[in-house]
Amino acid sequence: MAPVAPIAAAPLIGGVRRRSGLAYLLLLPGMLWLAIFFVIPFGSLFATSLQDSPAGLFGNYAQAMSEYWGAYVRALAYAGISTLLALIIAYPLAYYIALRSGRWRSLLLVLVIAPSFASFLLRTYAWRTILADEGPVTSFFNALGVLPDQRILSTGLAVIAGLTYNFLPFMILPLYASLDRVDPRLIEASNDLYASGPKTFWKVTWPLSMPGVVAGTLLTFIPASGDFINAQLLGSPQTQMIGNAIQANFYKLRDYPMASSLSFILMATIVILVSLYIKRSGTEEIV
Amino acid sequence: MKLTQAPVQDLHLVNLVKRFGSVAAVDDVSVTIPAGSFFALLGASGCGKTTTLRMVAGLEDPTSGKILLGERDIAGLRPHQRPVNTVFQSYALFPHLDVFENVAFGLRRRGIRAVQEPVQAMLDLVELGSMGHRRPSQLSGGQQQRVAVARALINQPAVLLLDEPLGALDLKLRRQMQIELKRIQTEVGTTFVHVTHDQEEAMTMADTIAVMNDGRIEQLGHPADIYEMPRTVFVANFLGQSNLIAGRRESGGDLLTVRAFDHLFALPAARSSAVGPDVVVGVRPEKITVIDDDGATSDERVPEGHNRVRGVVTDVSYTGVSTQYLIRVPWGAEFVAFEQNVLVGDRCGVGDPVILHWSPANTFGLSADATVGSQAATADSEAVDGELQVR
Amino acid sequence: MRWVSKYLLRIVAFAVIAYLFVPIAVIAVLSFNKPANRYNLAWNSFSLDAWKNLCGFPGVCQSFVTSVEIGVISTIIATIMGTMIAIALVRYRFRGRSATNILIFLPMATPEVIMGFSLLALFLFLRFPPGFAAVTIAHIMFIISFAVVTVKARVQGLDPRLEEAARDLYASPAATFRFVTLPIILPGIVGAALLGFALSFDDFVISYFNAGTMQTFPIFIWGAAQRGIPVQVNALATGVFVLALAIVIVGQSMRSTRQRRLERGL
Repeated sequence: MAPVAPIAAAPLIGGVRRRSGLAYLLLLPGMLWLAIFFVIPFGSLFATSLQDSPAGLFGNYAQAMSEYWGAYVRALAYAGISTLLALIIAYPLAYYIALRSGRWRSLLLVLVIAPSFASFLLRTYAWRTILADEGPVTSFFNALGVLPDQRILSTGLAVIAGLTYNFLPFMILPLYASLDRVDPRLIEASNDLYASGPKTFWKVTWPLSMPGVVAGTLLTFIPASGDFINAQLLGSPQTQMIGNAIQANFYKLRDYPMASSLSFILMATIVILVSLYIKRSGTEEIV
Repeated sequence: MKLTQAPVQDLHLVNLVKRFGSVAAVDDVSVTIPAGSFFALLGASGCGKTTTLRMVAGLEDPTSGKILLGERDIAGLRPHQRPVNTVFQSYALFPHLDVFENVAFGLRRRGIRAVQEPVQAMLDLVELGSMGHRRPSQLSGGQQQRVAVARALINQPAVLLLDEPLGALDLKLRRQMQIELKRIQTEVGTTFVHVTHDQEEAMTMADTIAVMNDGRIEQLGHPADIYEMPRTVFVANFLGQSNLIAGRRESGGDLLTVRAFDHLFALPAARSSAVGPDVVVGVRPEKITVIDDDGATSDERVPEGHNRVRGVVTDVSYTGVSTQYLIRVPWGAEFVAFEQNVLVGDRCGVGDPVILHWSPANTFGLSADATVGSQAATADSEAVDGELQVR
Repeated sequence: MRWVSKYLLRIVAFAVIAYLFVPIAVIAVLSFNKPANRYNLAWNSFSLDAWKNLCGFPGVCQSFVTSVEIGVISTIIATIMGTMIAIALVRYRFRGRSATNILIFLPMATPEVIMGFSLLALFLFLRFPPGFAAVTIAHIMFIISFAVVTVKARVQGLDPRLEEAARDLYASPAATFRFVTLPIILPGIVGAALLGFALSFDDFVISYFNAGTMQTFPIFIWGAAQRGIPVQVNALATGVFVLALAIVIVGQSMRSTRQRRLERGL
């Protein structure tokens, strides 16, 4: 997986936008490409999901839900926990880079996105080495007696660990972008008024960083919910997520209508989340 | 070294209109700007002066009207096709090019290869001869401003447009640049059209000023003429300060008398642009003399024939060079008067009763509802074919 | 109490950075490994075999080259289209702005599994064969959005008065673009291209669904994951990582040196 561009919305400097036919010409190639290769596929996806239906028009959907309900819930749960963990881990780093790092800022940002230059698959695979049953990490937690199965790999724990790790940059960068815009003098002033670090944080910094939190949450949760790589490499058949179900139906079972229905169910969840986001923040800031 | 100059032509704006939606930013403006003159468009923000300038540059399309350079209507031409260049308010220097390339830009786009000499000559003219290799970000505000002027002027445009170019500079630098620009204009001989909201700047630099208000030209003329004889209430108040008294004409002839608030004011007929019996009498604060009113001898100290008003001082502001008085007059209005501090310590105090007096020759008169369109022919301007021209 | 929080914050921050790099270290270290079995999961003994023989394992170099080819083609096309859209969004008024923004945002927010599979559904419907072309088309599709976002930020920082000044100085619209707009937004375009290439090169899920029998580097890795990933893969990945990191760091330092030189007035 690769780094995500931070959410940026600089104001229009001076000048009014021109009305011109040229705009449509500029938009045409790219938007047409997206229309054909992003939008229309959803149409074929939908058409495919209606094929070979066992019962009625939406038979595949009914069967998908009954058979893969567990995978669906598990995906949302794993993604949710990973997102929360990512937020907790990312926030201190983003805060540090935005408000405390001074001249090291550029270097730190490079270090944040640098791991994305190494293959996503290999990085996930590397966790198999790190979380190996005889390895230092697992042994450590075993000594503490906190592992229900005496192992981390092949359990939900490993999958969540993998998801959290892989999508961390997607949480760090939007948070950073948002915190970067906070005027440090506000924090100073607040410290004067509240005279306490935690209170300043909760009353001033946290609310101001909300756009970044929301953006980061979306950009982490959504891809995580559809992921199958982490579950495949680090988990077991018991940790199947909906992404795995889609992949299995495509690759092994060759049951394309089923895979399509599963995709649509996942998509529906995401559309609901994104529309809530758009309703809150409008469409100008998302791109 | 005087740069060889292509013959400049008169610039005519004919019935220029620019509408944004239902709002007319420029509302039927017609004026002739003589070749080689330094012309100022003066007005408050939003009066339409910048929009007018941009239409001449080609950066806005007029809703209707003509822009004639000599005989040719350039309103339909794209900006890059017009022999007109602009100095922008924010200078708009290209950050990715050094000073030399910035100045050479226009020449290069016109296909001129031999740029070394003209660019160096122009940089010398604006006294930046050694700065050619610097980037705009390395220059001070004043230097950037001069690069912007050089960049425009090097193309020997028929008209050079300046959009509040001195707005970003501090006071001292602004004064310096005013003199600079005037010098350059005289040396090069191009027509300069200078947009500004600073009336002092306009009066210092321009040969001719057009005062704009609400999309129209309210008055056009030489600085002194406009200042000493404003034709509308707006111009009287925008250019410097005025004390205005609304009254009714009692007698005519060479010397008009106007009655207002039980006072009689006199002014030469030539100094009134009022049409009809309602006359607004005006006098500039610096033309007024303030003397103590001790009840007995003060009347004799007022010269014969002067207009006079009694009043009470309500405020005194000492500004070093002069003292500014606010005086409450019998009908409740407040007069402003400036007295030069010719003598040390000779000042009135708050609450003192005083007499204000001034010569009728220093009075002006205008119509109460004078707006643009009242084309009364007077001594210093003449309406020709619906177009105001300055002789 | 402030110094405690400052101290603690710094520690936590660097701990997170270290956390990000742990798997990288594992990958790099294992590239110097001579594994005991075909699974390169645990350290056995030091060896430079993989590095000396990068193409030793069948399919490794082939898939690597394929990924580079797809990356270059899709990046060039997507960056050009993305730049055009970014300029249109910032400089022009047009109808359907909201819809445009949404359509550009969605690919960045949609799970890859859905994008990959739905595109395959379309290709099957059109009887278009999965393979190199299909994957390239897919990559262009999802890179466009990132290119738009990256270039747009740069165009928004470009003062429109500069373009007006150019037009005032006898530059036609084409000349204005060539001599003023393009040079100034170029860093944004380069950034978009680099980002696009990185996204394409490392893409697995979307490529997986649309590659058919063709293999990109990530697809090769996935296939090998069950049978044991050859050490060459670690070596190549480490090499790519170091190269990419070097490019970014050199780019950054070049920019800051130029900045410092400008400030000093050279």
